[in-house]
Amino acid sequence: MTDFKIDMDRQITKIKAWLAAYDGPDISIMEVCGSHTAAISKYGISGLLSPRLHLISGPGCPVCVTPTAYIDRLLELSLEPGTTVVTFGDLMRVPGRARSLADARSEGAQVEMVYSPMDILRLVKEQPQRRFVFAAVGFETTTPVYAMLLEQLIEQKIENVQLLTALKTMPEVIAWLCENGSGIDGFLAPGHVAAVTGAKLFEPLAARYQVPFGVAGFEAKELLLAVYGTFRAAVRCREDRGRADVKNYYPSVVTHEGNELAQRIVDKYFEVSDAAWRGMGVIPASGRLLRAEYAGFDAGSASLIQDHRKNQACRCDQVLMGRCLPGDCPLFGTVCTPQNPQGACMVSEEGSCHQYLMYHRTR
Amino acid sequence: MCVALPGKVVEIYEKDALVDFSGNRVRAISGLVPIAVGDYVLVHAGCILQKLSAGEARDMIELFEEIEQA
Repeated sequence: MTDFKIDMDRQITKIKAWLAAYDGPDISIMEVCGSHTAAISKYGISGLLSPRLHLISGPGCPVCVTPTAYIDRLLELSLEPGTTVVTFGDLMRVPGRARSLADARSEGAQVEMVYSPMDILRLVKEQPQRRFVFAAVGFETTTPVYAMLLEQLIEQKIENVQLLTALKTMPEVIAWLCENGSGIDGFLAPGHVAAVTGAKLFEPLAARYQVPFGVAGFEAKELLLAVYGTFRAAVRCREDRGRADVKNYYPSVVTHEGNELAQRIVDKYFEVSDAAWRGMGVIPASGRLLRAEYAGFDAGSASLIQDHRKNQACRCDQVLMGRCLPGDCPLFGTVCTPQNPQGACMVSEEGSCHQYLMYHRTR
Repeated sequence: MCVALPGKVVEIYEKDALVDFSGNRVRAISGLVPIAVGDYVLVHAGCILQKLSAGEARDMIELFEEIEQA
Protein backbone atom coordinates (compact mmCIF):
# COMPACT_ATOMS: atom_id res chain seq x y z
CA MET A 1 0.00 0.00 0.00
CA THR A 2 2.86 2.36 0.86
CA ASP A 3 4.35 1.72 -2.57
CA PHE A 4 1.03 2.66 -4.13
CA LYS A 5 0.96 5.87 -2.16
CA ILE A 6 4.47 6.83 -3.27
CA ASP A 7 3.59 5.94 -6.87
CA MET A 8 0.44 8.02 -6.68
CA ASP A 9 2.26 11.04 -5.25
CA ARG A 10 4.80 10.80 -8.08
CA GLN A 11 1.97 10.65 -10.60
CA ILE A 12 0.26 13.70 -9.14
CA THR A 13 3.51 15.63 -9.39
CA LYS A 14 3.88 14.63 -13.06
CA ILE A 15 0.26 15.50 -13.80
CA LYS A 16 0.56 18.97 -12.26
CA ALA A 17 3.78 19.62 -14.17
CA TRP A 18 2.17 18.66 -17.52
CA LEU A 19 -0.96 20.73 -16.89
CA ALA A 20 1.09 23.80 -15.96
CA ALA A 21 3.62 23.52 -18.81
CA TYR A 22 1.25 22.71 -21.71
CA ASP A 23 2.12 25.00 -24.61
CA GLY A 24 0.14 23.61 -27.58
CA PRO A 25 -3.06 24.91 -29.18
CA ASP A 26 -5.83 26.06 -26.84
CA ILE A 27 -7.94 23.15 -25.55
CA SER A 28 -11.31 23.49 -23.81
CA ILE A 29 -12.84 20.73 -21.72
CA MET A 30 -16.37 21.06 -20.42
CA GLU A 31 -17.28 19.65 -17.04
CA VAL A 32 -20.97 18.99 -17.57
CA CYS A 33 -21.82 18.23 -13.94
CA GLY A 34 -22.45 20.95 -11.34
CA SER A 35 -20.85 18.83 -8.62
CA HIS A 36 -17.68 18.70 -10.75
CA THR A 37 -17.70 22.50 -11.06
CA ALA A 38 -17.94 22.65 -7.26
CA ALA A 39 -15.14 20.09 -6.77
CA ILE A 40 -12.85 21.83 -9.31
CA SER A 41 -13.29 25.07 -7.33
CA LYS A 42 -12.81 23.41 -3.96
CA TYR A 43 -9.59 21.64 -4.96
CA GLY A 44 -8.23 24.61 -6.92
CA ILE A 45 -7.82 22.53 -10.10
CA SER A 46 -8.45 25.42 -12.50
CA GLY A 47 -5.50 27.23 -10.87
CA LEU A 48 -3.14 24.40 -11.92
CA LEU A 49 -3.81 24.87 -15.64
CA SER A 50 -1.61 26.52 -18.23
CA PRO A 51 -3.28 29.56 -19.91
CA ARG A 52 -3.82 27.31 -22.98
CA LEU A 53 -6.02 24.84 -21.09
CA HIS A 54 -9.60 25.75 -20.22
CA LEU A 55 -12.19 24.11 -17.99
CA ILE A 56 -15.66 25.33 -18.87
CA SER A 57 -18.71 24.53 -16.82
CA GLY A 58 -21.77 23.23 -18.60
CA PRO A 59 -25.52 22.69 -18.25
CA GLY A 60 -25.31 20.08 -15.47
CA CYS A 61 -26.87 21.84 -12.52
CA PRO A 62 -30.51 20.70 -12.66
CA VAL A 63 -31.81 23.72 -10.78
CA CYS A 64 -29.94 26.10 -13.12
CA VAL A 65 -31.32 24.68 -16.37
CA THR A 66 -34.95 24.56 -15.21
CA PRO A 67 -37.01 27.37 -16.80
CA THR A 68 -38.98 29.83 -14.68
CA ALA A 69 -42.34 28.39 -15.84
CA TYR A 70 -41.56 25.37 -13.65
CA ILE A 71 -40.87 27.54 -10.58
CA ASP A 72 -44.05 29.51 -11.26
CA ARG A 73 -46.08 26.28 -11.41
CA LEU A 74 -44.61 25.23 -8.03
CA LEU A 75 -45.56 28.64 -6.63
CA GLU A 76 -49.14 28.20 -7.85
CA LEU A 77 -49.33 24.76 -6.24
CA SER A 78 -47.89 26.02 -2.93
CA LEU A 79 -50.74 28.55 -2.73
CA GLU A 80 -53.53 26.04 -3.38
CA PRO A 81 -55.50 25.30 -0.21
CA GLY A 82 -54.63 21.95 1.34
CA THR A 83 -51.47 21.55 -0.76
CA THR A 84 -47.85 21.44 0.39
CA VAL A 85 -44.92 21.66 -2.02
CA VAL A 86 -41.98 19.50 -0.95
CA THR A 87 -38.53 20.27 -2.36
CA PHE A 88 -34.78 19.94 -2.06
CA GLY A 89 -33.21 23.07 -0.57
CA ASP A 90 -31.56 24.12 -3.86
CA LEU A 91 -34.86 25.18 -5.42
CA MET A 92 -36.08 27.42 -2.61
CA ARG A 93 -34.43 30.65 -3.69
CA VAL A 94 -34.48 30.26 -7.47
CA PRO A 95 -36.34 33.25 -8.90
CA GLY A 96 -39.59 32.61 -10.75
CA ARG A 97 -41.29 35.26 -12.87
CA ALA A 98 -42.22 37.32 -9.81
CA ARG A 99 -40.69 35.60 -6.79
CA SER A 100 -39.16 32.44 -5.34
CA LEU A 101 -40.57 29.60 -3.23
CA ALA A 102 -38.76 31.10 -0.22
CA ASP A 103 -40.57 34.42 -0.82
CA ALA A 104 -43.90 32.62 -1.09
CA ARG A 105 -43.26 30.64 2.09
CA SER A 106 -42.57 33.82 4.04
CA GLU A 107 -46.01 34.97 2.86
CA GLY A 108 -47.74 31.83 4.11
CA ALA A 109 -47.41 29.35 1.22
CA GLN A 110 -46.89 25.74 2.31
CA VAL A 111 -43.39 24.64 1.33
CA GLU A 112 -41.37 21.90 3.05
CA MET A 113 -37.66 21.30 2.49
CA VAL A 114 -36.36 17.73 2.64
CA TYR A 115 -33.15 15.80 2.15
CA SER A 116 -34.73 12.87 0.32
CA PRO A 117 -37.93 12.40 -1.73
CA MET A 118 -38.60 9.45 0.58
CA ASP A 119 -39.20 11.92 3.43
CA ILE A 120 -42.58 12.55 1.83
CA LEU A 121 -43.72 9.15 3.15
CA ARG A 122 -43.28 10.49 6.70
CA LEU A 123 -45.09 13.76 5.88
CA VAL A 124 -48.04 11.82 4.45
CA LYS A 125 -48.40 9.83 7.67
CA GLU A 126 -48.30 12.99 9.77
CA GLN A 127 -50.89 14.83 7.63
CA PRO A 128 -52.98 12.30 5.68
CA GLN A 129 -55.55 14.92 4.61
CA ARG A 130 -53.10 17.16 2.73
CA ARG A 131 -51.96 16.87 -0.85
CA PHE A 132 -48.17 16.81 -1.23
CA VAL A 133 -46.38 17.74 -4.45
CA PHE A 134 -42.71 16.87 -4.77
CA ALA A 135 -40.55 19.16 -6.92
CA ALA A 136 -38.93 16.34 -8.87
CA VAL A 137 -36.01 17.95 -10.68
CA GLY A 138 -32.88 16.08 -11.69
CA PHE A 139 -30.85 14.11 -14.17
CA GLU A 140 -30.35 10.37 -14.64
CA THR A 141 -28.86 10.16 -11.12
CA THR A 142 -32.03 11.25 -9.36
CA THR A 143 -34.77 9.80 -11.57
CA PRO A 144 -34.38 6.26 -10.05
CA VAL A 145 -35.02 7.78 -6.61
CA TYR A 146 -38.36 9.16 -7.85
CA ALA A 147 -39.16 5.77 -9.36
CA MET A 148 -38.46 4.14 -5.97
CA LEU A 149 -40.80 6.67 -4.35
CA LEU A 150 -43.54 5.76 -6.85
CA GLU A 151 -43.06 2.06 -6.00
CA GLN A 152 -43.66 2.90 -2.34
CA LEU A 153 -46.66 5.13 -3.06
CA ILE A 154 -48.32 2.39 -5.09
CA GLU A 155 -47.48 -0.38 -2.64
CA GLN A 156 -48.75 1.62 0.34
CA LYS A 157 -51.80 2.84 -1.65
CA ILE A 158 -50.94 6.48 -0.98
CA GLU A 159 -52.97 8.73 -3.27
CA ASN A 160 -52.32 12.23 -1.95
CA VAL A 161 -48.80 12.60 -3.39
CA GLN A 162 -47.91 13.91 -6.84
CA LEU A 163 -44.71 14.86 -8.63
CA LEU A 164 -44.08 18.03 -10.60
CA THR A 165 -41.28 16.76 -12.80
CA ALA A 166 -38.44 18.56 -14.58
CA LEU A 167 -36.36 15.50 -15.40
CA LYS A 168 -33.56 15.76 -17.91
CA THR A 169 -31.09 13.49 -19.64
CA MET A 170 -27.50 14.23 -20.58
CA PRO A 171 -26.78 12.84 -24.07
CA GLU A 172 -29.21 15.10 -25.93
CA VAL A 173 -27.97 18.33 -24.36
CA ILE A 174 -24.34 17.33 -24.98
CA ALA A 175 -25.25 16.61 -28.62
CA TRP A 176 -26.95 20.03 -28.77
CA LEU A 177 -23.74 21.69 -27.56
CA CYS A 178 -21.64 19.77 -30.09
CA GLU A 179 -23.96 20.80 -32.92
CA ASN A 180 -24.21 24.45 -31.94
CA GLY A 181 -20.62 25.53 -32.14
CA SER A 182 -19.61 25.23 -28.53
CA GLY A 183 -15.90 24.89 -29.33
CA ILE A 184 -15.55 22.10 -26.76
CA ASP A 185 -12.68 19.66 -27.36
CA GLY A 186 -13.66 17.11 -24.73
CA PHE A 187 -16.05 16.41 -21.89
CA LEU A 188 -15.65 15.42 -18.27
CA ALA A 189 -18.63 13.11 -18.02
CA PRO A 190 -20.77 13.21 -14.87
CA GLY A 191 -19.73 10.33 -12.60
CA HIS A 192 -23.00 9.86 -10.75
CA VAL A 193 -25.08 9.94 -13.91
CA ALA A 194 -22.76 7.23 -15.23
CA ALA A 195 -23.13 5.24 -11.98
CA VAL A 196 -26.74 4.70 -13.08
CA THR A 197 -26.49 4.69 -16.89
CA GLY A 198 -23.05 3.14 -17.29
CA ALA A 199 -20.11 4.69 -19.12
CA LYS A 200 -21.62 3.33 -22.35
CA LEU A 201 -24.08 6.27 -22.37
CA PHE A 202 -21.38 8.54 -23.81
CA GLU A 203 -19.94 6.17 -26.44
CA PRO A 204 -22.28 7.18 -29.31
CA LEU A 205 -21.48 10.86 -28.62
CA ALA A 206 -17.71 10.31 -28.62
CA ALA A 207 -17.95 8.41 -31.90
CA ARG A 208 -20.35 10.81 -33.62
CA TYR A 209 -18.71 14.09 -32.68
CA GLN A 210 -15.14 12.79 -32.30
CA VAL A 211 -14.67 14.33 -28.87
CA PRO A 212 -13.21 12.33 -25.98
CA PHE A 213 -15.14 11.76 -22.74
CA GLY A 214 -13.59 11.08 -19.33
CA VAL A 215 -16.00 9.73 -16.71
CA ALA A 216 -14.82 11.43 -13.54
CA GLY A 217 -15.21 10.98 -9.80
CA PHE A 218 -15.34 13.71 -7.19
CA GLU A 219 -12.32 13.21 -4.90
CA ALA A 220 -9.29 15.43 -5.53
CA LYS A 221 -6.90 12.82 -6.97
CA GLU A 222 -9.42 10.91 -9.07
CA LEU A 223 -10.81 14.15 -10.49
CA LEU A 224 -7.33 15.47 -11.27
CA LEU A 225 -6.49 12.21 -13.04
CA ALA A 226 -9.66 12.48 -15.15
CA VAL A 227 -8.95 16.13 -16.02
CA TYR A 228 -5.42 15.23 -17.08
CA GLY A 229 -6.46 12.15 -19.06
CA THR A 230 -9.22 14.04 -20.86
CA PHE A 231 -6.95 16.97 -21.79
CA ARG A 232 -4.36 14.49 -23.10
CA ALA A 233 -7.04 12.67 -25.12
CA ALA A 234 -8.32 15.98 -26.52
CA VAL A 235 -4.81 16.99 -27.57
CA ARG A 236 -4.37 13.63 -29.31
CA CYS A 237 -7.67 14.08 -31.16
CA ARG A 238 -6.71 17.62 -32.17
CA GLU A 239 -3.47 16.27 -33.59
CA ASP A 240 -5.36 13.43 -35.35
CA ARG A 241 -3.52 10.83 -33.35
CA GLY A 242 -6.26 8.43 -32.42
CA ARG A 243 -10.01 8.28 -32.29
CA ALA A 244 -12.10 9.82 -29.55
CA ASP A 245 -13.46 7.40 -26.99
CA VAL A 246 -14.89 7.15 -23.49
CA LYS A 247 -12.48 6.50 -20.64
CA ASN A 248 -13.74 5.52 -17.20
CA TYR A 249 -11.68 7.27 -14.50
CA TYR A 250 -14.18 6.36 -11.78
CA PRO A 251 -14.10 2.54 -11.85
CA SER A 252 -14.83 2.16 -8.13
CA VAL A 253 -18.38 3.36 -8.84
CA VAL A 254 -18.97 3.33 -12.60
CA THR A 255 -19.22 0.23 -14.77
CA HIS A 256 -19.75 0.00 -18.52
CA GLU A 257 -23.37 -1.11 -18.14
CA GLY A 258 -24.33 0.88 -15.02
CA ASN A 259 -27.11 -0.10 -12.65
CA GLU A 260 -29.50 -2.03 -14.88
CA LEU A 261 -32.09 -2.46 -12.15
CA ALA A 262 -32.23 1.32 -11.74
CA GLN A 263 -32.53 1.77 -15.53
CA ARG A 264 -35.43 -0.70 -15.65
CA ILE A 265 -37.39 0.93 -12.84
CA VAL A 266 -36.95 4.35 -14.49
CA ASP A 267 -38.34 2.93 -17.76
CA LYS A 268 -41.25 1.39 -15.90
CA TYR A 269 -42.54 4.76 -14.66
CA PHE A 270 -41.12 7.34 -17.06
CA GLU A 271 -41.09 7.79 -20.81
CA VAL A 272 -38.79 9.87 -22.98
CA SER A 273 -40.09 13.39 -23.63
CA ASP A 274 -38.97 16.74 -24.97
CA ALA A 275 -37.63 19.07 -22.28
CA ALA A 276 -36.99 22.80 -21.97
CA TRP A 277 -33.51 23.98 -20.95
CA ARG A 278 -32.63 27.52 -19.89
CA GLY A 279 -30.76 29.12 -22.78
CA MET A 280 -31.14 26.20 -25.17
CA GLY A 281 -34.93 26.03 -25.35
CA VAL A 282 -36.78 22.78 -26.03
CA ILE A 283 -34.43 19.93 -26.93
CA PRO A 284 -36.25 16.92 -28.40
CA ALA A 285 -36.16 13.71 -26.32
CA SER A 286 -33.94 15.32 -23.64
CA GLY A 287 -36.17 14.57 -20.67
CA ARG A 288 -38.58 12.22 -18.98
CA LEU A 289 -42.26 12.47 -18.05
CA LEU A 290 -44.47 10.05 -16.13
CA ARG A 291 -46.03 7.43 -18.39
CA ALA A 292 -49.74 7.87 -19.19
CA GLU A 293 -50.75 5.01 -16.87
CA TYR A 294 -49.22 6.91 -13.93
CA ALA A 295 -50.65 10.30 -14.93
CA GLY A 296 -52.55 10.44 -11.62
CA PHE A 297 -49.19 11.09 -9.94
CA ASP A 298 -48.40 14.06 -12.17
CA ALA A 299 -49.07 17.63 -10.99
CA GLY A 300 -49.06 19.20 -14.47
CA SER A 301 -45.45 18.84 -15.61
CA ALA A 302 -45.83 18.94 -19.41
CA SER A 303 -45.31 22.18 -21.35
CA LEU A 304 -43.56 24.19 -18.63
CA ILE A 305 -41.37 25.86 -21.23
CA GLN A 306 -41.39 29.64 -20.80
CA ASP A 307 -38.29 31.20 -19.34
CA HIS A 308 -38.27 34.71 -17.93
CA ARG A 309 -35.30 36.79 -16.86
CA LYS A 310 -35.66 38.46 -13.48
CA ASN A 311 -32.99 40.90 -14.61
CA GLN A 312 -32.58 41.61 -18.35
CA ALA A 313 -28.79 41.77 -18.02
CA CYS A 314 -28.60 38.23 -16.53
CA ARG A 315 -26.39 35.94 -18.60
CA CYS A 316 -27.22 32.58 -16.96
CA ASP A 317 -28.24 31.21 -20.37
CA GLN A 318 -24.82 32.01 -21.91
CA VAL A 319 -22.99 30.63 -18.86
CA LEU A 320 -24.92 27.34 -19.07
CA MET A 321 -23.93 26.90 -22.72
CA GLY A 322 -20.28 27.58 -21.90
CA ARG A 323 -20.33 30.72 -24.08
CA CYS A 324 -19.22 33.08 -21.35
CA LEU A 325 -17.61 32.83 -17.94
CA PRO A 326 -19.60 33.91 -14.88
CA GLY A 327 -17.27 36.92 -14.48
CA ASP A 328 -18.26 38.17 -17.97
CA CYS A 329 -21.80 38.89 -16.73
CA PRO A 330 -22.21 42.56 -15.74
CA LEU A 331 -24.26 41.57 -12.68
CA PHE A 332 -21.74 39.04 -11.32
CA GLY A 333 -20.79 39.78 -7.72
CA THR A 334 -22.33 43.24 -7.75
CA VAL A 335 -26.08 43.16 -8.33
CA CYS A 336 -26.16 39.35 -8.36
CA THR A 337 -24.85 37.61 -5.24
CA PRO A 338 -25.81 34.46 -3.32
CA GLN A 339 -27.72 36.71 -0.89
CA ASN A 340 -29.63 38.39 -3.71
CA PRO A 341 -29.46 36.09 -6.75
CA GLN A 342 -30.70 37.42 -10.08
CA GLY A 343 -30.36 34.08 -11.85
CA ALA A 344 -30.43 30.41 -10.92
CA CYS A 345 -26.67 29.90 -11.49
CA MET A 346 -26.00 32.13 -8.46
CA VAL A 347 -28.47 30.27 -6.23
CA SER A 348 -27.44 26.65 -6.26
CA GLU A 349 -24.17 25.59 -4.65
CA GLU A 350 -23.57 23.70 -7.89
CA GLY A 351 -24.29 26.76 -10.00
CA SER A 352 -21.30 28.09 -11.95
CA CYS A 353 -21.80 31.70 -10.86
CA HIS A 354 -22.10 30.72 -7.20
CA GLN A 355 -18.90 28.66 -7.42
CA TYR A 356 -16.87 31.27 -9.29
CA LEU A 357 -17.87 33.97 -6.82
CA MET A 358 -17.34 31.94 -3.64
CA TYR A 359 -13.91 30.73 -4.76
CA HIS A 360 -12.84 33.98 -6.48
CA ARG A 361 -12.41 32.07 -9.74
CA THR A 362 -11.59 34.07 -12.83
CA ARG A 363 -11.12 31.04 -15.10
CA MET B 1 -28.26 18.06 -6.34
CA CYS B 2 -26.30 15.17 -7.76
CA VAL B 3 -24.12 14.99 -4.69
CA ALA B 4 -23.72 11.37 -3.68
CA LEU B 5 -21.59 10.07 -0.84
CA PRO B 6 -19.95 6.73 -0.11
CA GLY B 7 -20.88 5.06 3.18
CA LYS B 8 -20.67 1.63 4.80
CA VAL B 9 -23.71 -0.61 5.26
CA VAL B 10 -24.16 -1.35 8.97
CA GLU B 11 -27.59 -2.98 9.14
CA ILE B 12 -30.10 -4.15 6.55
CA TYR B 13 -33.88 -3.93 6.98
CA GLU B 14 -36.77 -4.87 4.72
CA LYS B 15 -36.75 -1.86 2.39
CA ASP B 16 -33.82 0.18 3.58
CA ALA B 17 -30.45 -0.04 5.26
CA LEU B 18 -28.49 1.82 7.91
CA VAL B 19 -25.45 3.43 6.29
CA ASP B 20 -22.51 4.89 8.21
CA PHE B 21 -20.83 8.05 6.89
CA SER B 22 -17.79 8.55 9.15
CA GLY B 23 -19.89 8.01 12.27
CA ASN B 24 -23.04 9.73 11.01
CA ARG B 25 -25.65 6.98 10.48
CA VAL B 26 -28.50 7.46 8.03
CA ARG B 27 -31.23 5.15 6.74
CA ALA B 28 -31.24 4.86 2.97
CA ILE B 29 -33.68 3.05 0.66
CA SER B 30 -32.22 -0.16 -0.76
CA GLY B 31 -33.49 -2.35 -3.56
CA LEU B 32 -31.64 -0.93 -6.57
CA VAL B 33 -28.53 -3.02 -5.96
CA PRO B 34 -27.86 -6.20 -3.89
CA ILE B 35 -26.01 -5.29 -0.68
CA ALA B 36 -24.51 -6.99 2.36
CA VAL B 37 -23.41 -5.66 5.75
CA GLY B 38 -19.90 -4.22 5.37
CA ASP B 39 -20.36 -3.16 1.74
CA TYR B 40 -19.44 0.36 0.72
CA VAL B 41 -22.29 2.00 -1.18
CA LEU B 42 -23.06 5.27 -2.95
CA VAL B 43 -26.05 7.09 -1.46
CA HIS B 44 -27.90 9.84 -3.34
CA ALA B 45 -31.00 11.66 -2.04
CA GLY B 46 -31.68 8.95 0.52
CA CYS B 47 -31.34 6.04 -1.88
CA ILE B 48 -28.54 3.50 -2.40
CA LEU B 49 -27.58 3.89 -6.06
CA GLN B 50 -24.57 1.65 -6.47
CA LYS B 51 -22.12 -0.61 -4.66
CA LEU B 52 -18.46 0.44 -4.62
CA SER B 53 -15.78 -1.94 -5.77
CA ALA B 54 -12.47 -2.29 -3.94
CA GLY B 55 -8.97 -1.58 -5.23
CA GLU B 56 -9.24 2.09 -6.04
CA ALA B 57 -5.56 2.90 -5.48
CA ARG B 58 -4.49 0.13 -7.85
CA ASP B 59 -7.00 1.39 -10.42
CA MET B 60 -5.49 4.86 -10.33
CA ILE B 61 -1.97 3.57 -10.93
CA GLU B 62 -3.16 1.55 -13.93
CA LEU B 63 -5.21 4.40 -15.36
CA PHE B 64 -2.22 6.73 -15.16
CA GLU B 65 -0.05 4.22 -17.00
CA GLU B 66 -2.69 3.93 -19.72
CA ILE B 67 -2.77 7.72 -20.21
CA GLU B 68 1.02 7.84 -20.48
CA GLN B 69 1.15 5.04 -23.03
CA ALA B 70 -1.73 6.23 -25.23
